[in-house]
Amino acid sequence: MPGAQEIVDWWNAGRRRHRRRVAALGVALLVALLTIIVAVHSDHHALAAVGEDGQWLRAAGDYASTRYSPLAQITAANVRQLRPAWSFSTGGARGHEAAPLVVGDTMYVVTPYPNVVYALDLRAGGGTVRWKYEPKPAAAAQGVACCDVVNRGAAYADGRVVFNTLDAHTIAVDARTGRELWNTKLGEINRGETMTMAPLIVRDRVLVGNSGGELGVRGWLAGLDLATGAVAWRAYSTGPDRDVLIGRAFRPFYAADRVPNLGVTTWPAEAWRIGGGTMWGWISYDPELDLVYHGTGNPGPWNPDQRPGDNKWTSAIFARRPATGEAVWAYQLSPHDLHDYDGINEQILLDLDIKGRRRKVLVRPDRNGYVYVMDRATGEVLSATPFAHVNTSKGVDLATGQLSLNDEKTPVLGKVVRDICPAAPGAKDWQPSAWSPRTGLLYVPHQNLCMDVESVETGYIAGTPFVGMNVRMYSGPGGHRGEVTAWDPVNARAAWKLKEPFPVWSGALATAGDVVFYGTMDRWFKAVDAKTGELLWRFQTASGIIGQPITYRGPDGKQYVAVLDGVGGWAGAIVSADLDPRDTGAALGFVNAMRDLPAHTAKGGTLWVFALP
Amino acid sequence: MSRVAALACVMLALVACEREHRRFSEVAPASGRPTHVTPQPSRNPAEGNAWAIAQGKQLYEAYNCNGCHANGGGGMGPALMDATWLYGSEPQDVYTSIVEGRPNGMPAFGGRIPDVQVWQLVAYVRSMSGQTRFDVRPARSDHMRVKESEQARRPERPVTAAPSGRP
Ligand code: HEC
Repeated sequence: MPGAQEIVDWWNAGRRRHRRRVAALGVALLVALLTIIVAVHSDHHALAAVGEDGQWLRAAGDYASTRYSPLAQITAANVRQLRPAWSFSTGGARGHEAAPLVVGDTMYVVTPYPNVVYALDLRAGGGTVRWKYEPKPAAAAQGVACCDVVNRGAAYADGRVVFNTLDAHTIAVDARTGRELWNTKLGEINRGETMTMAPLIVRDRVLVGNSGGELGVRGWLAGLDLATGAVAWRAYSTGPDRDVLIGRAFRPFYAADRVPNLGVTTWPAEAWRIGGGTMWGWISYDPELDLVYHGTGNPGPWNPDQRPGDNKWTSAIFARRPATGEAVWAYQLSPHDLHDYDGINEQILLDLDIKGRRRKVLVRPDRNGYVYVMDRATGEVLSATPFAHVNTSKGVDLATGQLSLNDEKTPVLGKVVRDICPAAPGAKDWQPSAWSPRTGLLYVPHQNLCMDVESVETGYIAGTPFVGMNVRMYSGPGGHRGEVTAWDPVNARAAWKLKEPFPVWSGALATAGDVVFYGTMDRWFKAVDAKTGELLWRFQTASGIIGQPITYRGPDGKQYVAVLDGVGGWAGAIVSADLDPRDTGAALGFVNAMRDLPAHTAKGGTLWVFALP
Repeated sequence: MSRVAALACVMLALVACEREHRRFSEVAPASGRPTHVTPQPSRNPAEGNAWAIAQGKQLYEAYNCNGCHANGGGGMGPALMDATWLYGSEPQDVYTSIVEGRPNGMPAFGGRIPDVQVWQLVAYVRSMSGQTRFDVRPARSDHMRVKESEQARRPERPVTAAPSGRP
């Protein structure tokens, strides 16, 4: 339930119709009505286009995951005057991948492990700490977090701030006071399970998933009750249909997928129990179809010879009912994944004219290097086009949905296979794209990396890595390691591309002012022209940026842009975890590609907030 | 051909014997070591023994140490080939790290690995930063070359940093 202050705020917002009616009623009725209004009010929050009210309630902004804000005070014409308004040190030294939230006059920030939550009062013009909540996660969780001890943000609904901790708890705190409302343990760090993703709240369901695809963790997405934290359902990515919540409603588009228990039969005996398919990425929601969309991570181990078969449903996309978790369709992007091409990237829900027909589509810039445009009602692939340099596959057959592989790049036990592009983090990893309806372009932050691999036999020991692959990464063609691609999903082509020396590991943000924001690992926060990609403004922060920029309207009516710096993540672990580049295989081979990063940035997380003068 | 191979084997064995018999050399003491030291033999029987260290290198992979520490450069766990030690570089410190685990995510392998193997691991871990004698350190790897061999490593001067330095 929202607090009194919020009800008062809402009350004062000028909905006189309700006010008049209430005035005529008795006290008892007033209470009842308030309850109803509050319920309607929170729903209104959820469905309104993001940012119209100047808030940012979930990591991706809106349910469609567009990361587009209609705020337009900051424009391509005036963004050159943007300057820091205030900043705030989180005290954290590891990779800061989170998006801040803005609810009313408060900003909420979650740090990487130890997952401290700050509520910052925006009323005084800066950020004054209103409260601080310390969940004190188990320290041992740090040792099983594959790729730095990151957290990708919180979600807000109904007066609650909900977030995950590295030791696999989901926690709801009172948004006004920071008091813990519930705390649900969902996973076992002793089995390698952690949680790093940002929850999505749909009505009274909190959707969360686990991490640990490099430790033989069995992946799942869970639906929790927003009021109590009780687990309503849990949908595994592997195993028998009843565990995957595949039932009568399941109707995948491709006939080959309409076979029972593929989560068991596409694996060697029992291998699905330790087969990965974790859910540490993004979830979108279509209220009209009442479907949530989420991806699943890579199969384990990386060594593909130890898991012959398609390994369903790893590296896939699911459409599910949020209330029950029931699967409605699924599509596997990378069957029998060979290169750690997790399928957990974001799905942007758009209505587009494809070949002259209005379609409800889901756009997925995937780790395997293709932008998939899919019919989100049916799971049909409408187009799949490479947006980066890809030599591991030769295209997607639209009749069968099958990715056609280049056999030359298949890992061979004990042999070094060279020049595999994209590398294990994919053409694009978790870093979320932004969409502008004004330009019709999707702004995709990504990397340009290739790798050499040698697969080796590996044994499963609970709570330790289950990988079986020696990896060494390096820059792809052109020598630059990062790109921002403005992708036109209707014509399936890039409108323009920007090159960056380091992988672009931050999220993107698009605004109605036709400005696109993103950050770089060498500490630049940049604003580019949404139409042309021209660099309009940049500011050098304290540490490299791998966070998700957001924008909001402050209590003073001004538009602000906020982003966390604090280098780290898989790409930045060389700095945040003090790794030694003399071992080119450190951080699963990423360190080799990042040897020069320590010369550009040190660690440490700071929130930066920018405004026009 | 087989006679040549046999001869080579004998030569190798002799060399190994020779190396085993050499005197154990002391390493530079680490500064700021934790005061609590588990009572263990102060000398690691595997330390001056090339074969034992080679065993340690294989065990390092078999027990998935490499999954967390990579080939010494680190990942989920800290780098082991550098000069910085969170819990001390002496054989008994490394032994304790492996057997008892460490709070920020180092699993306790005690009871799961025979003591002999732990000491082999200790000697190998210390070889990564050149804390063992040059001539007993592994000169090659069975795998894709991702770093110079342990033998080619110039010894680091170990520094013990407070574990709290790793938030
Ligand atoms: C699940 C990941 C994981 C596995 C598997 C693992 N380690 Fe560790 N290890 C860690 C972490 C994390 C730390 C740091 C602990 C801390 O800071 O409290 C660590 C610390 C250590 C240290 C102390 C380093 C120092 O600076 O003092 C040693 C030595 C070590 N590990 C050796 C090993 C060996 C040998 C194995 C295999 C038998 C192994 N580790 C397996 C994660 C792991």
